Amino acid sequence: MVRGSLALMLLSGSLMAQTDVNQKIAGLESAVRAAQSAGDNAWMLVSAALVLMMTGPGLALFYGGLVRRKNVLSTMMHSFVLMAVVTVLWGIFGYSLAFGDGNPFVGGLNFAFLNNVGGAPNSDYAPTIPQQTFMVYQLMFAVITPALISGAFAERMKFSAMLLFTSLWLLLVYLPMAHMVWGKGGFLNAFLGGTVPSLDFAGGTVVHITSGVSALVCALYLGKRLGYPHEPMKPHSVVLSSIGACLLWVGWFGFNAGSALGASALATSAFVATHFGAAAATLGWMAAEWWKSGKPSALGAISGAVAGLVAITPAAGFVKPMHALAIGFAAGIVCYLMVGVVKHKFGYDDTLDAFGVHGAGGTLGAILTGVFATSAVNDALKDAAGKPQALGWIDGNAGQVVNQAIGVAIAWALAIVGTLLILKVCDMVVGVRVDPDHETQGLDLSMHGEEGYNFEA
Amino acid sequence: MKKIEAVIQPFKLDEVKEALKGIGIDGMTVIEVRGHGRQKGHKEVYRGQEYEVDLLPKVKLELVVPTDRADEVVKTLVAAAQTGKIGDGKIFVSDIAEAVRIRNDERGEAAL
Repeated sequence: MVRGSLALMLLSGSLMAQTDVNQKIAGLESAVRAAQSAGDNAWMLVSAALVLMMTGPGLALFYGGLVRRKNVLSTMMHSFVLMAVVTVLWGIFGYSLAFGDGNPFVGGLNFAFLNNVGGAPNSDYAPTIPQQTFMVYQLMFAVITPALISGAFAERMKFSAMLLFTSLWLLLVYLPMAHMVWGKGGFLNAFLGGTVPSLDFAGGTVVHITSGVSALVCALYLGKRLGYPHEPMKPHSVVLSSIGACLLWVGWFGFNAGSALGASALATSAFVATHFGAAAATLGWMAAEWWKSGKPSALGAISGAVAGLVAITPAAGFVKPMHALAIGFAAGIVCYLMVGVVKHKFGYDDTLDAFGVHGAGGTLGAILTGVFATSAVNDALKDAAGKPQALGWIDGNAGQVVNQAIGVAIAWALAIVGTLLILKVCDMVVGVRVDPDHETQGLDLSMHGEEGYNFEA
Repeated sequence: MKKIEAVIQPFKLDEVKEALKGIGIDGMTVIEVRGHGRQKGHKEVYRGQEYEVDLLPKVKLELVVPTDRADEVVKTLVAAAQTGKIGDGKIFVSDIAEAVRIRNDERGEAAL
């Protein structure tokens, strides 16, 4: 009797201890989750801010310094105003059409007006951070992409046409491309059920090929600036451009390492690859220019850095540091040849070389990602047995280069067709090119009624 | 009165100012200008696009002096601004009909 009650007491005691332990474990698990979420969220918010810094002041200064002084404000305004325009459009429908549930080519409207986009994570995309963080991070990519195109139409596009063009371009080119590559069920999404698994870590196709190729279409459609190439059109301040390029380089860590969507070892890997790619491309461009035109220019060095950052964008997070060097070096040389030789041979006026740097560098980077991507860096893709899947050619998966080429081809086609269509519409509605008088006077005065450098002030 | 306009090498400006001060001339107007005479320009390359830059930065001094001092000023200028190489610049001398000191409406050489 006594023994029986003792046994009962012991049993209930151990049961109590068991629930106690379970509760403790559950408490610990949720504390660990909260800690990881705090770490990841901190990094992602910083990354979002870094990517915004790439547009303003980074790109605004980089492009602003490259134009003539009479167009410095209008050129900086192209970047700055998109920080406002794209933000509003992104909230209303942009985020939803890129990342909402839809078909393989465009997202649905379930996140329109940021409905259901709050503090809870979206486990499809980034399970450890609030979906609002993911949303605002992706917004910064949508801001800079149309701003990159402005390099091709700088110094001669009407401001009203520029606003209409970039808004429509976001809708018809950027959002479908972002959904295809990064959206759940997107046609090219390697991680979330795409038909053609194309690897694009941080936006080689989505950002740089779409913007770069659209830039070429803009340059061809708008035609040359008055007086090009006979009148001197030197950059009015390579100093401003150098500051801008340095800000781009730093901001790019948010762009690429942030694309790991957490403060993980993968983020470090992407950070390192990004930096190595930029460094090698600087030297590649510099060497090519030194050899070809006799002097290594500051403008060449900073242009090379940007070309390398572009080319490493799809590859960061998939490639090892030494391969990042190779990709960067190749991009430095190829992009130099595009802007220093090919452009002059064909005679198109891609004012600030948006195509030569972003179109060419993005295409090269996307293809080389298929060559150098390795599961040793990124093991997120598993096969049926749960083992990391071979990624690129060096992993023995030569077919990935073909997948990359399909992604590139789709980006090119969408950019060409979409941009041409939108330009036609803009031309009919407001007219895309400024009056010759306004162009001669400069867009700062004729479009905005002010000057960048005031003699009498 | 004579106006003396001297276009000189920018790096010679300090030496020239000192020399003029040495002969008691301290009024002058200095302007940053661009131009060229026989000196050839240079080539600049921006992303493969070549530009011939033939307007070179120079400094232009303008002084108005009493007629009897003009020769001395010109000699001083030449001595101070000369390097003997192409690009040293030029001096032009012309007649001045009137000079006015705005502060008190003094006229002629007294206004210099």
